[in-house]
Amino acid sequence: MRYLPLSDTDRSQMLQAVGAKSIDDLFVDVPKAARLDGLVEGLPLHASELAVERHMSALSKKNMVAGDVPFFLGCGAYRHHVPASVDHIIQRGEFLTSYTPYQPEIAQGTLQMLFEFQTQVARLFGCDIANSSMYDGSTACWEAILMAGRVTRREKAILSSGLHPHYVSVCNTMAKFTGDTLETSVPTLSAETDAEQLIAAIDDQTSAVVVQYPDILGRITDLAPIAEAAHAKGALLIAVVTEPVALGLIKSPGEMGADIVVGEGQSIGVGLQFGGPYVGLFACNEKFVRQMPGRLAGETVDAEGKRGFVLTLSTREQHIRREKATSNICTSSVLCALAFTAHLTLLGEKGLRQLASLNHARACEAADRLAAIPGVEVVNDGFFNEFTVKIPVEARSAAHTMVEKGVLAGVSLGRLYPNAPELESGLVIAVTETVTDEDIDALEAALKEVVR
Amino acid sequence: MTVNPSGWRPTAPANEQVETQTVTGNRALQLEEPLLFERGRLDQTGVDLPDAKVSGKRLKGLERNRYIGLPGLSEPEMVRHYTRLSRQNYAIDLGLFPLGSCTMKHNPRLNEKVARMPGFADVHPLQPQETVQGALQVISELASWLLALTGMHAVAMSPKAGAHGELCGLLCIRSALEARGDAREVVLVPESAHGTNPATAAFAGYRVESIPANKAGRVDLEALKARLGADVAAVMITNPNTCGLFEPDMIAISEAVHAAGAFVYCDGANFNAIVGRVRPGDLGIDAMHINLHKTFSTPHGGGGPGSGPVVLSEALAPFGPLPFVAKMADGSFKLVAEENADEEHPDAFGRMTAFHGQMGMFTRALAYILSHGADGLRQVAEDAVLNANYVLRSLADVLDAPFAGSGPCMHEAIFSDKGFAEGLSTIDLAKALIDEGFHPMTMYFPLVVHGAMLVEPTETESKAALDQFIAAMRSIAGRAKAGDQSLKAAPIYAPRRRLDETLAARKPVLVYREPEQAQAAE
Repeated sequence: MRYLPLSDTDRSQMLQAVGAKSIDDLFVDVPKAARLDGLVEGLPLHASELAVERHMSALSKKNMVAGDVPFFLGCGAYRHHVPASVDHIIQRGEFLTSYTPYQPEIAQGTLQMLFEFQTQVARLFGCDIANSSMYDGSTACWEAILMAGRVTRREKAILSSGLHPHYVSVCNTMAKFTGDTLETSVPTLSAETDAEQLIAAIDDQTSAVVVQYPDILGRITDLAPIAEAAHAKGALLIAVVTEPVALGLIKSPGEMGADIVVGEGQSIGVGLQFGGPYVGLFACNEKFVRQMPGRLAGETVDAEGKRGFVLTLSTREQHIRREKATSNICTSSVLCALAFTAHLTLLGEKGLRQLASLNHARACEAADRLAAIPGVEVVNDGFFNEFTVKIPVEARSAAHTMVEKGVLAGVSLGRLYPNAPELESGLVIAVTETVTDEDIDALEAALKEVVR
Repeated sequence: MTVNPSGWRPTAPANEQVETQTVTGNRALQLEEPLLFERGRLDQTGVDLPDAKVSGKRLKGLERNRYIGLPGLSEPEMVRHYTRLSRQNYAIDLGLFPLGSCTMKHNPRLNEKVARMPGFADVHPLQPQETVQGALQVISELASWLLALTGMHAVAMSPKAGAHGELCGLLCIRSALEARGDAREVVLVPESAHGTNPATAAFAGYRVESIPANKAGRVDLEALKARLGADVAAVMITNPNTCGLFEPDMIAISEAVHAAGAFVYCDGANFNAIVGRVRPGDLGIDAMHINLHKTFSTPHGGGGPGSGPVVLSEALAPFGPLPFVAKMADGSFKLVAEENADEEHPDAFGRMTAFHGQMGMFTRALAYILSHGADGLRQVAEDAVLNANYVLRSLADVLDAPFAGSGPCMHEAIFSDKGFAEGLSTIDLAKALIDEGFHPMTMYFPLVVHGAMLVEPTETESKAALDQFIAAMRSIAGRAKAGDQSLKAAPIYAPRRRLDETLAARKPVLVYREPEQAQAAE
């Protein structure tokens, strides 16, 4: 078998060397009742690379590929063009097949890369410091709420109605077990976000307010007044960014006063992949560093005085603090962090700004075209590359109908909020630089058909 | 005249050490690489994008007007930057990682090819389900394999890593107890457990207490039975345990735990030792996470992404999280999520992550599992166990192996630094291993063995690779016992010497600061 280097000769030599007559002698500690004398039943035997490739290829062809059709889905995962060199870098064996950098002398590649990643994330988000990644945006969001609880010693967080419903669901799930109180609500199909209601709701029991920017309907809001209101009551502002490309064009949450900024890095360097693996981003004010979850790469020197990098402040973490750790996270998403940092390095400040401008311009173009369709209303007065339309029919079935016309038209609010009939006419449309004029034509035509 | 008159061979040590300074700071192929922030420029970019005119009217006055501070590189510079960095990393593609508990096995490239098929890579998680039946089928097929291999009843596929899976398992247990009106407060964890176990139990709201080990390095069954009671919710066991030993009393442990009304959580990090030879379900466990990035070959990537699906017993299955993939009677596949929970899975404890899980790791793991098949996977466990025993017996005369006298080990072997001369310990052996071209083994874990060295070669190491590792270990162990203090200077050949971790923690520098900024801060 191609992944097993031992030959039968090796095996008999080695069995002899260890004093065993057969391999079964090495499994003596397994109780007889649990021993499988033969193969697990009902499973196929080994297969060649050719056969496996054939099987997997057939399964892959049963999926509609985003790049093959006019494609407008967003809501927490975005289709951007990833330059070819990024995928090659992440496939270098020294990155792909390396281990967590606990032995820094032979892991400077990973550690320096993570230090650069942390710097990029911190700067992008407008914060002092960032960690070396979390699993994804949703778990980063929950970890931020936990951290705000540790910092403020309060147990109640207010989640904006504009926060991604999956993120809300994750937080509600975890809060059930930690005893934290979360105030949540469902968004309204309007141009206004719930900023005013949030500000009114903050009191001196509040640990944090959590606001997504841009939000689930694509709306953008000035975070500064919310930050001010939170700070006035001793609470923190947690901002959640699910589309970091936006920050090439709009202000960072950090510069508007957010204390912790978390997000999903998928849209830079990491493809759609049907939902994972993605990469959680986590940045904050440096005064909170000892309360941060996750790994941190830090600068130091070696015995010859050469600059180098190590994992640091590990006393926060599970392998040192065990049950007193700030988080139980061990493996995070370093290879996706590499994809993110490599893509962002290729873009640079200038390229990111260009990319963001292009996204916004395409989205404005699409919004104008769709707004001109009788019966279709663009809900947002502000957006980056994603906006919501209100249509005169149920959006979820309309989206299915448009699939039949070969258009992946957007995410219906009915899919995200199945228990909110007041949202069922909403369809969220994302427009990135990968969208062509023909794509917009096709969307316009398909939408015209379904609303007739 | 011979081409190689000195007789030097690639497997022999260097003839002499020469200290030379170069103008560049480089040493032939060992190339120093500055930080991106020292190389790139704010006006440099490696992507050709058209300029787009943006009218700010839909940006609500929030247009960014300050520099972010993100330098860019052209493509040639970017490729060189990351390629040079990569060459300062040790990796499985280069050599053996004897890392106990990590199962650093070869990462097949077929996995990479399959994961990148457009029908898997370029598909959005929220596409209408009729357009992603192939993706849902992958998840379902992998789930079926995991159930068959473990002999369990249901599987939660969404946890994003092992620790996330541990949390999933514990939350299922907690939900099951609450559902029967029997909330309990304590989780018992062996002292030898991986740090994520107690961290996760605390995260799930439990108080953690230790279970002692007996002299044979196993869970002390009598001590466990004495502690079980109405306040114990669960016991977290790793089997084989973190000393590389199978728990022969596992069935009795499960029976005792169940009799006390509690649940058995099994840390599946060591599944590589028993896959295809033992089904954890036959040992009476209630939940077990599987590390796809350990047993099932998905690449470690320098620290993730991983994937930690959790197999569940019949008792815990109703509480498993959303979403999951269900196979319908007509052969189609459906995602069961919040909206169908009420009818189909009302007792789900909730959702652990946005979207559906680590699809990119599912395709890789399924390709690996299909490649090995039932026969190959059984051979994986056998070769992994044989390799570890070979290493154990080849070193037991020069290194203290606390359990070598009591029988075979499983897929990993544990040694201690007993017998090392004054002033030398495990870390010195480990750093000297680096100079020999190996990644060190797992050190100082588990805590139950002094100066623990946990060695797990895995089944993808050839006998020749093992023999070279054994030779290096014998040499260094000999030096450590003889008191060779030069070990304290190791590593001397790595891109960096020992790094000052105390300084890094005392004055944390976690982001780059331009020199003027850094000076001002001081």
